Amino acid sequence: MKKLSARRRHPLAALVVLLLALACTGGLYAVFAPASKAQADETAQSLAIDEGKKLFAVGCASCHGAGGQGSSDGPSLVGVGAAAVDFQVGTGRMPAQQPGAQVPRKKVIYTQAEIDQLAAFVSSLGAGPNIPTEAQYGPDGADIAKGGELFRDNCTQCHNFTGKGGALTHGKFAPSLEGVDPKHIYEAMQTGPQNMPSFPDTTLSEQNKKDIIAYLNAVNGDDTVSPGGLELGGLGPVSEGLFAWIFGLGALIAVAVWVAARTAKAKKS
Amino acid sequence: MSTNESTAANGARRDKAPAGERVADWADGRLGIYSLAKANMRKIFPDHWSFMLGEICLYSFIIIILTGVYLTLFFHPSMNEVEYHGSYVPLQGQLMSEAFNSTMHISFDVRGGLLIRQIHHWAALIFLAGMFVHMMRVFFTGAFRKPREVNWLFGFLLFVLGMFTGFTGYSLPDDLLSGTGVRFMEGAILSVPIVGTYLSFFLFGGEFPGGDFVARFYSIHVLLLPGIMLGLVVGHLILVFYHKHTQFAGPGKTNNNVVGMPLLPVYMAKAGGFFFLVFGVIAAIAAIASINPIWAMGPYRPDQVSTGAQPDWYMGFSEGLIRVMPGWEINFWGHTLVLGVFIPLVIFPLVLVAIAVYPFIESWVTGDKREHHILDRPRNAPTRTAFGVAWITWYMVLLIGGGNDLWATHFHLSINAITWFVRVAFFVAPVLAFIATKRICLGLQRRDKDKVLHGRESGIIKRLPHGEFIEVHEPLSQEQLHTLTAHEQYEPAAIGATVDENGVERKVKGSEKLRAKLSEAYYGEESQIPKPTVEEYKEITSGHGHH
Amino acid sequence: MSSQDIPEENLPAEQDAHGAVGVADEKDPFADPGLPPHEHRVQDIDERAARRSERTVAMLFTVSMLATVGFIASYVGIPHDKSIFVFPIGHINALNFALGLTLGLALFSIGAGAVHWARTLMSDEEIADERHPIEASPEVRAKVHADFKQGAKESALGRRKLIRNTMFGALALFPLSGVMLLRDLGPLPGTKLRHTMWRKGLQLVNMNTNEPLRPSDVAVGSLTFAKPEGLEEHDEEFQTEIAKAALMIIRIQPDNIKDKRELEWSHEGIVAYSKICTHVGCPISLYEQQTHHVLCPCHQSTFDLSDGARVIFGPAGHALPQLRIGVNDQGYLEALGDFEEPVGPAFWERG
Repeated sequence: MKKLSARRRHPLAALVVLLLALACTGGLYAVFAPASKAQADETAQSLAIDEGKKLFAVGCASCHGAGGQGSSDGPSLVGVGAAAVDFQVGTGRMPAQQPGAQVPRKKVIYTQAEIDQLAAFVSSLGAGPNIPTEAQYGPDGADIAKGGELFRDNCTQCHNFTGKGGALTHGKFAPSLEGVDPKHIYEAMQTGPQNMPSFPDTTLSEQNKKDIIAYLNAVNGDDTVSPGGLELGGLGPVSEGLFAWIFGLGALIAVAVWVAARTAKAKKS
Repeated sequence: MSTNESTAANGARRDKAPAGERVADWADGRLGIYSLAKANMRKIFPDHWSFMLGEICLYSFIIIILTGVYLTLFFHPSMNEVEYHGSYVPLQGQLMSEAFNSTMHISFDVRGGLLIRQIHHWAALIFLAGMFVHMMRVFFTGAFRKPREVNWLFGFLLFVLGMFTGFTGYSLPDDLLSGTGVRFMEGAILSVPIVGTYLSFFLFGGEFPGGDFVARFYSIHVLLLPGIMLGLVVGHLILVFYHKHTQFAGPGKTNNNVVGMPLLPVYMAKAGGFFFLVFGVIAAIAAIASINPIWAMGPYRPDQVSTGAQPDWYMGFSEGLIRVMPGWEINFWGHTLVLGVFIPLVIFPLVLVAIAVYPFIESWVTGDKREHHILDRPRNAPTRTAFGVAWITWYMVLLIGGGNDLWATHFHLSINAITWFVRVAFFVAPVLAFIATKRICLGLQRRDKDKVLHGRESGIIKRLPHGEFIEVHEPLSQEQLHTLTAHEQYEPAAIGATVDENGVERKVKGSEKLRAKLSEAYYGEESQIPKPTVEEYKEITSGHGHH
Repeated sequence: MSSQDIPEENLPAEQDAHGAVGVADEKDPFADPGLPPHEHRVQDIDERAARRSERTVAMLFTVSMLATVGFIASYVGIPHDKSIFVFPIGHINALNFALGLTLGLALFSIGAGAVHWARTLMSDEEIADERHPIEASPEVRAKVHADFKQGAKESALGRRKLIRNTMFGALALFPLSGVMLLRDLGPLPGTKLRHTMWRKGLQLVNMNTNEPLRPSDVAVGSLTFAKPEGLEEHDEEFQTEIAKAALMIIRIQPDNIKDKRELEWSHEGIVAYSKICTHVGCPISLYEQQTHHVLCPCHQSTFDLSDGARVIFGPAGHALPQLRIGVNDQGYLEALGDFEEPVGPAFWERG
């Protein structure tokens, strides 16, 4: 998990952990605390919702409607949950640039704080999956091999053996999972963005998701070893065949040209 | 033994020849090797890089056999289920067949096993690519003409058998990718009318996947097919020696001789050295590029699949056929005719046969029964060249179809649009390629003719006294003149007289008419540029109007 | 088809027809001037250059020896599971890389040395060798034909028809025993392809969790794979059974289901389709939850799961079979029978 470990060393890591911890405790508190004691949190929450509503009105409402009820240009966001917002906006897919077969991943234009506010607003429209915590998608306690089996069961058909992506109908595609934040992978499984089906906790348990993310990191992470050498895109026989033709046969023909060429003759001086 | 003693001994006993000579004498007395060596030791081989394409194939075949034998020492062709406990972590504890498990063992726990596996697989891809290019070289230069038609067929069979040997070998590790390929094969067999279901049950020992196919494919892959191929390779080589190599036209090269270097020592060193060069290049490729990483694919399970499921490149055109075929299915009297699968299955061999039978069609059209040892330049046989390019285009269109999903993702296209493109191009592209190639050939023929008659463009611009600029053309040397005019030109065959001397009308057979038509298409006015005649040449060179 | 009816004049002149070798005469400017004179290489006239070549060849052979030593050293010295980072290849296995490069170098150097030797030091004089026609001379041909006729006559094969016919009969029949021996390669198909493990009352077990599924587990837009209750991965017949029984469970808003039978066979919009493509049997499961299309990754057959899984693109010939499902008294999803039609690729007896 190079991404995570790199982040762990980051000067702001402590802050992030702190924030996450705060968010967790806040969440837990919100669940367990009696309503009267949650007053302070509720104020913070409603502030976030207000901010999120403003952001929503500017960036999202033109397609999804002022109240997130959806329009002909965009689906309703009632009940999609914070996880969906965090995924769509956090990977830069939303706001969409142009209509097309599929909205691709692009540069993220909101800060994480703004995304959280948007998420707070959208989840206030109707209950849905929450943003997962690192404890949920982190590598601790994950079974990589089981994750591999689950990955081959549920994911490879669209995303390829090691998550290199693949084609769908009419120009749509399953994107490559290379370099995608584990949190976003978790959210994608949970919410089923765009044409991807969802894999809710009821059918693909939290542990299952954790295993899958751990497997993906093992076979398609920054430190993944490709024992045989160049991975050639990890696309299988097509790229291997191209390589064999261009570099294999190409090199051999170059050698053959040398073997068969006439040796330079002595110049008459 | 000191020098003095040895000379003394030699002098004393004349029959005490050097050891090598004595061994050779011994062998000759029993095997008659001297007569064999007399004909072959100083055999002449012409030098041209394209004549070494066949050697690439031969050597990669030998490399495949050597590495394949090594792999059999570790591979277990069994589908018994075992749990994985090797050193590759992401598969720990997974259920898999022994075939997959032993391939993992070769790749991760046998030192050098991965290297040999990768050499084996890379060499296989290069073997088939080499055969393809070699076959095209023979085709485009007309080297398949009499007396080499049988050798053309041998070579063609080697290519086809190589495809199937490759396919069975690719299926052996029982990984998710190859298993998907085997499943496809089972579906294709099921589509065969009447006997398909039975064939499938006999091949797989029951229902798919069963527990037998790895062991059965194994004996086909390591014994049956390579055995036949070895025989064909030997036959192919014997015929190459027997026929002597073809050569390109040039000064001193005629249909009755072969010009080049002797086998001993030059070609012994060059060909022997080339074996090591080929092996070296393939070993280096296996060191730097991964092939068929089965650990990333995982063991086969019939309910799992990965996107981008493709066969190795040589099977790609069949994949293209099956992908672009519309899903036709006819149900009648309780039976199903699965045309959507069966038609591609029938076209699959026909694609290959189309190129295999071409030499016989050409020889029928020309009616030429003479031996040909001088190669054609592709431009001088426009119809043949155009046919060859059309065939390659056809093949390539199908390869595009076979990889349509990767085209879609890498060029941001719709998979459906690519499929439709291939469906149309399957019929249209070869025709366009044929027309374009023929025109290019004729253009090149014209250029050759101009070169012969007017000389080479020297690039020197001269200004004449009256102000006109001309480019100076240099006349060609006699060697060049000969080389450019050495090719043959056929005339279209006419249907012979339909009325004999007694006025009795002869019935003209349909085949004769067809041949006359084809011959006209091959050698008619629009299909070749008459090569310059001596008269034309003299007229232009003797006059002073020539610039 | 013989060529006898092709008039001779249509065949081009023999290639060597224009002029004998070597005379560049006035009459035929295109005549073959014959082999050009041999030109010497530097190595042929300058002993120092020849010695340089010799040293190059020897150096290449020495490099090969060193590389072989390197190969053995790598084999012994490098742990088989050590990985290294090599730019620009990435993280790779050190042993594979070292063994491959040393082996490649050892072999390539031998080859390069031999070829360099042949190219620079062995004679490069081109020699012309005569060809002889492949076909035999007429005398030999006549002799062989006569011999064959004599032999055939002595065998009396043509005359004693009874011997000939029975011999052909025997030779034609005996391979049948070989064909017979192939019979036990596999059982007869029977109706095996028509049935799967599914039957009434079997619960649908989630492949991920190995737990039976409740209707509430399956959300709209989700995708789940299921197997029949009682089928475990360790079972001997697992592969063969799952190859037919694999299920794909999705949930569609009942209003969005266009096919009447599909709705009937579903449970509150939960539909169970065979995961095995009807084209050639790939596990088809590239489900697009907004369009309800499912695509096969092997050959791109596309099925519309909201409309009876009919084929809307690609080479598949018929719809995916649907499994009729309901809920048992414990509230779990169960099958209400086997598939009504054979799953997987079509075959002759399918009908």
